Amino acid sequence: MATIIIPTPLRKYTDQNRRFETRKNTLSEAIDQFVEEYPEVKQNLLDEDGNVRSYIKLYIGDEEVDPAENGSLELSEDTEVSIIPAIAGGMGWTTPRRNVAKNISSLRLSDSA
Amino acid sequence: MNNWKNIEFSSEELGHYSRHLSIPEFGMEGQKKLKAAKVLAVGTGGLGAPMLQYLAAAGVGTIGIVDFDRVEASNLHRQVLFGASDVGRPKVEVARQRLQEINPHIDIEIHNVRLTSENALEIIEKYDVIADGTDNFPTRYLINDACVMLDKPNVHGSIFQFEGQLSVFNYVDEEGNRGPNYRDLYPEPPPPGLVPSCAEAGVLGVLPGIIGCLQASEVIKIITGIGSPLAGQLFLFDALDFSTRKVTVTKNEDNPLTGPEPEITELIDYEAFCGLPSSSNGQEEREPEVPEVTVQEYKSWLDSNEEVQLVDVREPHEVEIAEIGGELIPLKTVIDNADKISRDKKVVVHCRSGQRSADAIKQLQEKYGFDNLYNLKGGILAWSKEIDDSVPQY
Repeated sequence: MATIIIPTPLRKYTDQNRRFETRKNTLSEAIDQFVEEYPEVKQNLLDEDGNVRSYIKLYIGDEEVDPAENGSLELSEDTEVSIIPAIAGGMGWTTPRRNVAKNISSLRLSDSA
Repeated sequence: MNNWKNIEFSSEELGHYSRHLSIPEFGMEGQKKLKAAKVLAVGTGGLGAPMLQYLAAAGVGTIGIVDFDRVEASNLHRQVLFGASDVGRPKVEVARQRLQEINPHIDIEIHNVRLTSENALEIIEKYDVIADGTDNFPTRYLINDACVMLDKPNVHGSIFQFEGQLSVFNYVDEEGNRGPNYRDLYPEPPPPGLVPSCAEAGVLGVLPGIIGCLQASEVIKIITGIGSPLAGQLFLFDALDFSTRKVTVTKNEDNPLTGPEPEITELIDYEAFCGLPSSSNGQEEREPEVPEVTVQEYKSWLDSNEEVQLVDVREPHEVEIAEIGGELIPLKTVIDNADKISRDKKVVVHCRSGQRSADAIKQLQEKYGFDNLYNLKGGILAWSKEIDDSVPQY
């Protein structure tokens, strides 16, 4: 069972849960299941086009997920997916109210190749 | 940092540093390199406080400190350079005094200014290593870009509640390979949040102590050349479950600072870049985006028995700390509770400092067309300062 490690800023949308376990086989499906379980996470993690926001990185193990992989990466039993956002002091980030410019490092999760 | 071979120590200094000198890998050479080095700490907050104390104790010869803030009571649970009697004093002055007590053999240079695009290059270029202990994104991108332009290693730390991050950016290794910088990790900052201050988000006081000490360790490693700096990697610490992780930071070929033809070759307006109202020196009075009322005006409305509804958009736990009344409708629920807000009399919306309440008014204006809402300028902090000092500042 793969695990998504939830960062502190998102935990207020996940009942303070720090991990999310999934039996899904791809990263894209796992993220879809994660945001389905915690709907408030969606707009804080993904932009209007389903891309991971540019101030958040996804990692599998210690390697950054390559946006070119289009979220189709396969997950194994012991895969750890880390969601790693930019943080700053006491600054929290939450639902953006402006359209973030073109996301050059985003991962298109909803359009698996 | 290159002239370390000519460095000499007094007998007092040799006594102070004797436990460093005893480490074979460190020894006299490492200590001389430290004394020859100049380190700039940006921010004397939660991260800077522990980091600066260890850098001073360790014998970094010249320590620069940039901060324009004064000590506040709410700093004291984490900013261990300061004590209760320091409240109200400029942080850099208290820091200099405290650090010279720790180590009288080093030089402390204070910069009691806000780091801006206008002064950053001039300040940073005098130093060998930069330690970023800031709490905001505009200054973080400013430091990052200036370090890349001036070819300085940037030891970065950041914190949020129970979680900390650490990395060494723009580090050039012995083979001349330059490591990634902050823009490789995060090309863009988060947009201005609805929760912009420590007041709501909070931070475990000891957390910046842990991350700040790790920053000091990386600074010392870079100067002395011992070990491997945390370049090209991001260290993550979660105090809640004591988990640590180290992930790879890869270079982004679209990074506007690097590559054969960089898009950014001079410092920009970082507040605008971060989606904040731009201000050239940070001191100018900004045009309010929503109608405002000062605490004095609001008090006069109350005194003249004018019918006014007061709305508090903070979080419930903040009400336990301080309150001036009003119906509690936390910012994130304000749209769903718009029916509780009057349309036929003046409504004063408030929070701790006036930022979240301004956001609430903007949302209500945009979504429901309210035209009777006034933001309490300066929030509860202003009320405490100007009207009723029995209301705690936090």
